[in-house]
Amino acid sequence: MCRLALKTAAEPFSPYSVLTAMEAMQEGYDGSGLGLLLRGLTFADYRYSPEDPILSGIAHTEESLDRLNELMRAKGFELKYDHDFTVDLREIEAKDRHKYFLRVYKVPVAWKEYSREQAEEQLMLTRVALRLDGETHGGDLTVFSFWPEVAMIKEVGWPLAVGNALGLQDGRLKARVVMAQGRQNTNYGINLYACHPFFIQGIGTMTNGENTAFVPIRDWLLGQHHPAYIGYQSDSEVFTHILHYTLRKLKLPLAAYKHIITPLKTEELQQHPQGDFLLGLRNACRRLIIDGPNCVMGTLPDETCLVVMDHKKMRPCTVGGRPGEWAFASEMCGVDAMIPDRDRSLDFQPMRQHTVIIPPDRKERQIWSQFETLPLPQAA
Amino acid sequence: MVPIRNIAVAPSSLTYHDLPWVVQHREDRCTLCGRCTSVCPKEAIYLTYRRQRLPKMVLQASERGSAYRTFYGIRQRTDLAHRCIGCGMCSMVCPNEAIGPHPNANDERARFLDTEKGEPIKRGGRRNSRESLLDRIIFNRISMLTDPALDAGRHEFSVNTLLGRVLPPEEYIRRKAAGEWIPPVREIFPFIIGSMSFGALSPNMWLGLLQGVAYCNEVLGIPVVMATGEGGCPPWVLRSKFLKYIILQIASGYFGWDEIIRALPEMQCDPAAIEIKYGQGAKPGDGGLLMWFKVSKIIARLRGVPEGVDLPSPPVHQTLYSIEESVMKMIQTMSMAWNFKVPVYPKISGSTSAKAVLNNLVRNPYAGALLIDGIDGGTGAAYNISMDATGHPIASNLRECYLDLAAQGKQNEIPLFAAGGVGKNGNVTRNGMALVMLGASGVHMGKYMMQAAAGCLGSERNRCNVCNIGVCPKGITSQNPKLYRRLDPDAVAQRVAETFMAINTEVKKIMAPLGRSQSLPIGMSDAIAIDDQAAADRLKIRYVC
Ligand code: SF4
Ligand code: SF4
Repeated sequence: MCRLALKTAAEPFSPYSVLTAMEAMQEGYDGSGLGLLLRGLTFADYRYSPEDPILSGIAHTEESLDRLNELMRAKGFELKYDHDFTVDLREIEAKDRHKYFLRVYKVPVAWKEYSREQAEEQLMLTRVALRLDGETHGGDLTVFSFWPEVAMIKEVGWPLAVGNALGLQDGRLKARVVMAQGRQNTNYGINLYACHPFFIQGIGTMTNGENTAFVPIRDWLLGQHHPAYIGYQSDSEVFTHILHYTLRKLKLPLAAYKHIITPLKTEELQQHPQGDFLLGLRNACRRLIIDGPNCVMGTLPDETCLVVMDHKKMRPCTVGGRPGEWAFASEMCGVDAMIPDRDRSLDFQPMRQHTVIIPPDRKERQIWSQFETLPLPQAA
Repeated sequence: MVPIRNIAVAPSSLTYHDLPWVVQHREDRCTLCGRCTSVCPKEAIYLTYRRQRLPKMVLQASERGSAYRTFYGIRQRTDLAHRCIGCGMCSMVCPNEAIGPHPNANDERARFLDTEKGEPIKRGGRRNSRESLLDRIIFNRISMLTDPALDAGRHEFSVNTLLGRVLPPEEYIRRKAAGEWIPPVREIFPFIIGSMSFGALSPNMWLGLLQGVAYCNEVLGIPVVMATGEGGCPPWVLRSKFLKYIILQIASGYFGWDEIIRALPEMQCDPAAIEIKYGQGAKPGDGGLLMWFKVSKIIARLRGVPEGVDLPSPPVHQTLYSIEESVMKMIQTMSMAWNFKVPVYPKISGSTSAKAVLNNLVRNPYAGALLIDGIDGGTGAAYNISMDATGHPIASNLRECYLDLAAQGKQNEIPLFAAGGVGKNGNVTRNGMALVMLGASGVHMGKYMMQAAAGCLGSERNRCNVCNIGVCPKGITSQNPKLYRRLDPDAVAQRVAETFMAINTEVKKIMAPLGRSQSLPIGMSDAIAIDDQAAADRLKIRYVC
């Protein structure tokens, strides 16, 4: 079973501390992959301005890096900073890693005219274009994210070893939110795109467990012909896309996500204050119902963090912390490793109906139950 | 050779060895009670006495050269009108297990001659083929790696499906906010009792089914619905609260609809749905047919026709110019009759043109579903040739339609229902769930219900299948009170309940190892496989061996 750890703090911290939490939970994974998402990124070597997008990924050959440079130039992006990882390639299992890139770009001047929505659309399309370019060239270019303040690293190997190989302990990279997943390779071959977390337009999620309803959900998402609803090397990528669909397409509040992936039963909805709306929503989004066992953790562009469970609550999860600093982990020892000096009696284990939300101010954890009223404009 | 002038041997003369079923009678056991001959629906057997000569050597002139023995026995008629249909009623009533039909293992010559008076074979029942592709599909995506297995008996399962048009999520939210019309949707059990008309079925059978369906809904919590077929619905049902479990069918003869329209203002609830029949899998291109001997007083009243006349429905809806137009007009009219609160959907025969109809429905905002009835469907009466050889198998037809919808991202909007051969060899849940995973939102089953709930004797080996002539030996498809009083509606209702309880458990037993419990696994094609490469390619599922 894959292990999950997420930490969010008002003060930026080193991602290495989350990797040590992964180490604490190490009986749960087999070293077939590590995925990291850093949000609210700060660099020791560079004064980063938070509106510039950051591109993260791996160029497997020199030639692919040239193509990347060319593509970005052609689109009008200007390279402002290229983070130089202190890499020890001997520690990395895979032998085709030419360069781990984590680059800050300045958006094209023409984008000034764009609305926020248009600009975000373009960022997404650029990432997809780069990814497709890599795929048409035998997979020599892997692109994980392209978004302000966000970077992602995915690699095959044991989490701590990967962190060491990339010099993450050196403190040059810090972030306010770090998500990490230690992967237990299951039904799909080891592919970097299959490593969690998954990313789309600033939204990132990671999961453990198996999504048995994957194929019908994937088929439905593919049928939307959205340019970034692609990939699906992992059955968990659909969780990210459903969250994206809920927030950006349906424009529903975050708490509605749970009603889409694990709706209440008809009898329960009949008692619910918004039962009529929710029953219709369940029907309309029926193909997006997941069938865990899953624990889904995610973060949003405004640094909100969330965790939800499958409907049968077949996975463990603990939320702990204190104002200003919170951690989610699939094992309690993971939370202990990330925030040891907290009041453990306030730890919370979400159940089947819960969504735990840490808002951007990180003052308190919010526990929202599906049986409560949803903050909907329609409800008025 | 001695001429046998006094024995008539015509081109169509048959012996019992030429017939599909040969009756074997054991004289040593027979008590000559005569029950078999009186129960036989075809009068295929009769009690007779014979004389047997016992030759012996004569030594004295005072003695006769031969002695005779007289014996009694049951004999089989050999003319086609009285051919044995293998129903087995004779064995069922025989107190001494002395009689029974056996399938003819030899060549069945009768088949060549069954065109008397220029009439090709007509019958009821099903396609006479035991083959079933659905029986070869297995469920093999077993969650072994990361899942604690689900327990069919302990966990909660949501197995219901939706009948009715479902809006795309964005549109749903927009309409809800604007207070606009949301199409009606019913949450039902995915196994539906397919359309069998009140004229085709006996009153006792119909009552039994309805009682059973009501019990499933109200006591067992399994929301089963049943479809009426053409010919309306008994007036008291139309005005009862049971109407909500009923899908009313309108077909090209519009039989029974004046009664339904009359009942409209007095209805206590809406029907589950309206089914517009354009075609039927068992006899594509034919309308319904109720033969005169089934048009009893009550049927005549219900259908608004005189008693004892043949009631053929035209092959097409007479008001239509093209199917597209008709589908549109009729769906709109029917929706309007119930104030847009009842899902309305067409039923078509499986066909290579099913996709065209489907795409038409996608553009019609009032269309509530599409039911495709494959070649293995059943019927009360049809030409043998239609039943056996015309139509399209359901699996590939349904799959094509589903994939077409999926390519447009509309697989949740128009639910597809499949019928035709579900449970033909008794594997009803297996067949139904295979269709669900190929993309069906649910399945309709007619013959299976008759077999499971009322003990219909019909089979794919052409056993019985005389539902068309009103002599149903079990009283299922007869309007003759002498026959249908054999069928106890309460016993049928109990069997309906037992059948659905069993299907419900089997559905869970299939879903649990696949790791599914939250929703019916519609289109979960990664879960199924077949041992035939060509079929796997065609259905886009996994091949296993
Ligand atoms: S099997 Fe049926 S049709 Fe044949 S002799 Fe017996 S009762 Fe008559
Ligand atoms: S038992 Fe009745 S319903 Fe069944 S095949 Fe025979 S005639 Fe038809």
